[in-house]
Amino acid sequence: MITAAPQEREHYLNASHGLKSWLLTKDHKRIGLLYLATITLFFFIGGAFATLIRVELLTPQGNLVSSETYNKLFTMHAVSMIFFFLIPSIPAVLGNFFLPIMIGARDLAFPRLNLLSWYLLVIGGAFSLFAMIAGGVDTGWTFYTPYSTTYSNSWVIATALGIFIAGFSSILTGLNFIVTVHTMRAPGMTWFRMPLFVWANYATSLIQVLGTPVLAVTIVLLFLERVFHLGIFDPARGGDPVLFQHLFWFYSHPAVYIMVLPSMGVVSEIISTFSRKAIFGYAFVAFSSVAIAVLGFLVWGHHMFVSGQSLYAGMVFSFLSYFVAIPSAIKVFNWTATLYKGSISFQTPMLYAFGFIGLFTVGGLTGLFLAALGMDIHVTDTYFVVAHFHYIMVGGALMGYLGGMHFWWPKITGRMYPEGWAKLSALVIFLGFNLTFFPQFILGYLGMPRRYHVYPAEFQVLNVLSTAGASVLAVGYVIPMIYFIWSLRYGKVASANPWGATGLEWKTSSPPPVHNFEETPVVTHEAYDYASLMAEEVEVG
Amino acid sequence: MADHAPAETLALRVQFDTEAQQKDASTLGMWLFLITEIMFFGGMFTVYTVYRSWYPDVFAIASSSLNEIIGALNTGVLLLSSFTMVMAVRAGQLGQRKAILIFLILTLLFGGIFLGVKGYEWNQKFEEHHIPGQAAFHLEGVAPSDQGHAQLFFSIYFAMTGLHALHMVIGVGILLTLIVQARKGRFSASYYTPIDVTGLYWHFVDVIWIFLFPLLYLIDRHLVK
Amino acid sequence: MSDPHEQTHIDSVGSYVKILLALLVATGVTTAVARLDLGAFNTVVALSIASVKMLLVALFFMHIRHSNKLTKLVVAGGLLWLAILLLLTMTDFATRGILGVPGK
Ligand SMILES: [Cu+2]
Repeated sequence: MITAAPQEREHYLNASHGLKSWLLTKDHKRIGLLYLATITLFFFIGGAFATLIRVELLTPQGNLVSSETYNKLFTMHAVSMIFFFLIPSIPAVLGNFFLPIMIGARDLAFPRLNLLSWYLLVIGGAFSLFAMIAGGVDTGWTFYTPYSTTYSNSWVIATALGIFIAGFSSILTGLNFIVTVHTMRAPGMTWFRMPLFVWANYATSLIQVLGTPVLAVTIVLLFLERVFHLGIFDPARGGDPVLFQHLFWFYSHPAVYIMVLPSMGVVSEIISTFSRKAIFGYAFVAFSSVAIAVLGFLVWGHHMFVSGQSLYAGMVFSFLSYFVAIPSAIKVFNWTATLYKGSISFQTPMLYAFGFIGLFTVGGLTGLFLAALGMDIHVTDTYFVVAHFHYIMVGGALMGYLGGMHFWWPKITGRMYPEGWAKLSALVIFLGFNLTFFPQFILGYLGMPRRYHVYPAEFQVLNVLSTAGASVLAVGYVIPMIYFIWSLRYGKVASANPWGATGLEWKTSSPPPVHNFEETPVVTHEAYDYASLMAEEVEVG
Repeated sequence: MADHAPAETLALRVQFDTEAQQKDASTLGMWLFLITEIMFFGGMFTVYTVYRSWYPDVFAIASSSLNEIIGALNTGVLLLSSFTMVMAVRAGQLGQRKAILIFLILTLLFGGIFLGVKGYEWNQKFEEHHIPGQAAFHLEGVAPSDQGHAQLFFSIYFAMTGLHALHMVIGVGILLTLIVQARKGRFSASYYTPIDVTGLYWHFVDVIWIFLFPLLYLIDRHLVK
Repeated sequence: MSDPHEQTHIDSVGSYVKILLALLVATGVTTAVARLDLGAFNTVVALSIASVKMLLVALFFMHIRHSNKLTKLVVAGGLLWLAILLLLTMTDFATRGILGVPGK
């Protein structure tokens, strides 16, 4: 194992210098960091919109912004957070950095394509940012026709074009990952020795490759209708706006799994590492990722129960939706079984993993309420739905992302983050999150509709609670920003394997050399083989 | 392999161990890309299926206003270009540099002819006022109340043939690059992957047209006569 | 996944010419058949001929004949997903209005 001091040793961060060496890099690790900077920017932009929304909702009257502005706020919050933060988050940052290392490869299969993918995200982001600055977009992130094609006077095309371009970034990243997993595994790295994080990213990539093109063509049709008046979804000519919704949700339901599957992969790594046990039922957890990816494509119509879709289609989609719960539940049960009789330590990543399991479970179970045809009609377009998907996308996806950032921060930077502050902020985030979004379940059940900034006075208490929670949450997000940056200079120097974990990424130095390993690793153990690792430690020790 | 890996070549980039591994990766990458293309066009085939099932009679009349003989001949041109493309790949396999160049140029030529004919057909539509969204739109033989449905047919026609043509234009661009490289003698029997994967792309675009032709030109022609 | 045969398989010019001729003939046939009244079978015939043409191009020009299992799986997967998109969308459009309830 390498123990030389990091400042003397050459690694991917100090191998070359200057802006050009970053902007033209083909190193998957540096590209991962470029993504990190980009999506962090969009996280704070989306966060700023969320702040304005929550401040507006403090009072029942719409006295901070106009209705039009409010429409733009929630639209741009969602566009920033979904397309430019959550979708690229774990795959493009942590996946980019660690997927090749975890299978013992020197890089992704197509490094130039990888760099191009980042530029596409930046260009797409620039278009959407331009639209936000120029006057914003007010259609909702779903761009439903005919409002988006005919009536909206906002920057629909610039925003949609931005999403279209960012979509190709997502497609190409997925394509790169799939090819890498198939062709670049190190000797001995069989499919069933791959870490579950790699399996999760592989399954995610399948969705990116199969789903995103349908979003792309839907945006093209929207563009043709708005700009060239082709009227493909225009009811005046016999077209059907519900058809637009079918195409949109064919991508956008699976897109939820693009956000949450990689988090599940992170959680598997963390749970195993900090209970020092192999993941219970490894093969089931691996296959459940693929099962979620596949089943996720069969359920999109549950977003359209009140759209005018046929009742029979609604029944089919409602029925199929329940099947997605099975592989999700398998994961939760297997993580819990892994903890059983493990030697558990409560480091920060583990706190996030626990947070993920709890919040994802709440989000998933309320998802079952919503998949039930009759129940959904009652709560459609209420805050119940808002709360549900924030439990999945913030409570689930974002918790996993933050857990992964803490888990791998020592490897990425060669420095430890301050454990005390990190634990504190994890706790603040968990409490702030629940205070923000739990009241919204009640609000929705009581009948408060989403996307309105004026509401009856009796809903004010719960809204004030939610806004208070959002303030706590904001503090929770700012603390890690500060200590991560602080740690780059003042953090304790990290060893190659600070957690005593088994993955290949911990067998190379921190930070890793340019081509990841001094020599190509040969894999002789199953994944998470803590049993024999601990046996070795006993022998040596 | 250590950091000081041997200088990388076109046929063996630094991230790969063997040339065969790199070729496998390129081929798989292109096939996955074609899958994304299937889904991209798939969205439009879905739109087509829905509206044709809703308005079969109007679609039959609108379809019959296209000239199917020109369509069939143009299909033949495109099939010819696929043939010359596969011959270019074959020349690559055999390392025949001159033949590579000739067949790539022929493919480019046939592709260009296809696009030219397509442009002519589009121009016809403008002259016949078969442009959806324009006030002057009128399709003969369709009741005034159904003119909207006829517009939907032409919307689909322009969207599908337009995006197909866009893919052809991109293909032509790639072919031009290949021709420049082939002139420099960059390809050989041990390195012709770019020709190979371009071939896959070109044939795929051909396959899309193989379906567009009957779906757009040949709908229920017998009903209309 | 590397298949040593993949590199060595070089088809003859004659086989490619034969495929080209078959494709051109099929194009002629489908254009001619469109003029006959086969009822609902016009669409079936047109799509069948198109599928045969697709198979010829894919198997011979795109060399799927010589490809490894993974490539075949990728292609099959793509077609399956296209079928999912079409079929599940059509569950809606094929059953609209059956109940006679407006909006369902
Ligand atoms: Cu959904």
